[in-house]
Amino acid sequence: MLEVTIIYGFINSIILALIALGFSLTFGISGVSNFAYGAMYIMAGYAVWIMINMLGLPFILAAILAVILTSLFGLALYRFVLLRVRGMVISEVIATFGVGLAILELFRYLGFTGFEYTLPVFTDGSVVIGDTYIDHQRLWIVGIGISLAIGLYLFTRYTKTGLAFRGIAQDEKTALSLGINSDRVAGLSVAFGSGLAAIAAILILPRGTISVNEGYDVLINAMAVCIIGGLGSTVGVIVASFMIGYAQMITDAFSGPHWKMIVSLVAILIILLVKPSGLFGKQKELEERI
Amino acid sequence: MKQKRRERIDRGIKVRSDDIFALTSYREFLYVSVPPVAPIILLLALPLILPLYWQKVLITTAVFAILALSWDFLVTVGMVSLGQALFFGVGAYLAGYFDLRFGLPIWTTIPLATLVGGLISAILLLPVLRLRGVYFSMVTLVLPLMFERTIEATGWLGGTEGLTGLKSFSNIWVECYLIVIVLLLVFFGFRRLVTTDYGLVLKAINNNDRAVMSGGINIYWMKAQALFITGSIGAFCGAFMTHVYMFVGMPVFALDYSILPLASAVVGGMGSFAGSLLGAFILVPLSEALRGIGGLRTVIYAISLVVFIVAIPEGIFHYVQRKYQQFERWATVDN
Repeated sequence: MLEVTIIYGFINSIILALIALGFSLTFGISGVSNFAYGAMYIMAGYAVWIMINMLGLPFILAAILAVILTSLFGLALYRFVLLRVRGMVISEVIATFGVGLAILELFRYLGFTGFEYTLPVFTDGSVVIGDTYIDHQRLWIVGIGISLAIGLYLFTRYTKTGLAFRGIAQDEKTALSLGINSDRVAGLSVAFGSGLAAIAAILILPRGTISVNEGYDVLINAMAVCIIGGLGSTVGVIVASFMIGYAQMITDAFSGPHWKMIVSLVAILIILLVKPSGLFGKQKELEERI
Repeated sequence: MKQKRRERIDRGIKVRSDDIFALTSYREFLYVSVPPVAPIILLLALPLILPLYWQKVLITTAVFAILALSWDFLVTVGMVSLGQALFFGVGAYLAGYFDLRFGLPIWTTIPLATLVGGLISAILLLPVLRLRGVYFSMVTLVLPLMFERTIEATGWLGGTEGLTGLKSFSNIWVECYLIVIVLLLVFFGFRRLVTTDYGLVLKAINNNDRAVMSGGINIYWMKAQALFITGSIGAFCGAFMTHVYMFVGMPVFALDYSILPLASAVVGGMGSFAGSLLGAFILVPLSEALRGIGGLRTVIYAISLVVFIVAIPEGIFHYVQRKYQQFERWATVDN
């Protein structure tokens, strides 16, 4: 029992981190709101499903295409919606939330619900650790999740684009004076974040059916991880994922699966009460507190 | 080189009616008084002329209009809520609980639910008041879902079944006129409130919170008060609808109650309250007329929300207001 909780808590934490990475890249690191994140996640899932089952493409091709398409969608979202309301936080939030809502409810209206909407796993089979069975898909999730997290950490510290991502969030005017085209960088950041959402979707969705409601859950989980970890911190994302991931697993084990979702919601409220800038949030600490 | 440019000039009648003419000429008097009086007469007359089905629609519209007004009020203070459903749902469940558990009459449950609901909402959102930016939106988005899940998971307050068999109003006239009068009170109350000193401080918090702090005003306390006002009004709507439907269940925390008020306020035009009212009276009857398309309604709200916020951020009301007060013409300019 304990062993299962530890192993599955670990996997659950990696899943949370994977979900939150894209949101953190856009919202946490570059300071651009993308409340259509959950919708993009679900959209990528359905895109893969449509390409495999209706267009007959092989899985690998469908997955790569889905990631590219979702990134392009993110870019378009930035270019046609976000760019025009940039800097007005209220409008950014409402506009992106509206886009996400429209996408999710459109899928619901078109009837994309049911057991047939599943994605194939990467490789079939399972391994045994101690007495616990773990299927290959979860191993893939752990492997790719960890490498993406490390990749993101390195990317935001050692590449020019990554540094520019952080720069526009810290001080847009200074970034401009150093030759960073903040509009282009912000657009790229939304596109990268959307691409990460698609990767997360392709990895995580094979565990169950694709459902529209999951879009809202994904957004909430991503927000929870980002708020708790602190905006703009990749380490924070990882630590917060592990905290929420294990907290969820423990509540799941002791009081039933219904409570799982409530954990992240309660965690947001507690962290805002105790340490509003999050565990590792530094860059916005003074600005956002009043 | 001569160039043309459009210029906007106040209409003569507007300029005149700003002055003593408003009292001496009935044309100018009508120009000033029709805009505020027309909605009052219209709202009071509507229940009399509408058939039963559309009376029900009027009730829903008024409820959404009140929610939109309270949303607009929160925005005036600088807090963007993505979850009016929180206030609505808390009030709805409180009214249902008071009714079933203590058997209180309607005229007690609604005021009680209003006050207690406002208090609960304000306390729940206290942690977020110390932060600016999008935190408030995030938490208000999350809280209604959290309540929904909690009720689903624990089975408290009737769980997925909801609370049924609640008391109802004696007849539809009471329902109609109660909500219409509250709508008018809230509308003119808010319009009045933001022009008082108190409202000025609230608006200043939105514009520059640090300046207000340096003026020696406790902005957290002011924000908490604003939250209580909004929460109470939302809770009233919830309590009212509980007794109209004689039922309260998990749908009261649904996204509809968050997104429709928001869409109404944005489509109508933020910041003036009249816009929210107008927006609700456009969107809700429209959605009723589009009932046949079912789930697509939320999509339409969401899209109109995005289109208005991106392309027409001033909203319908401000456009109409401008046309009412000003005219445009081409002017030649030298440069």
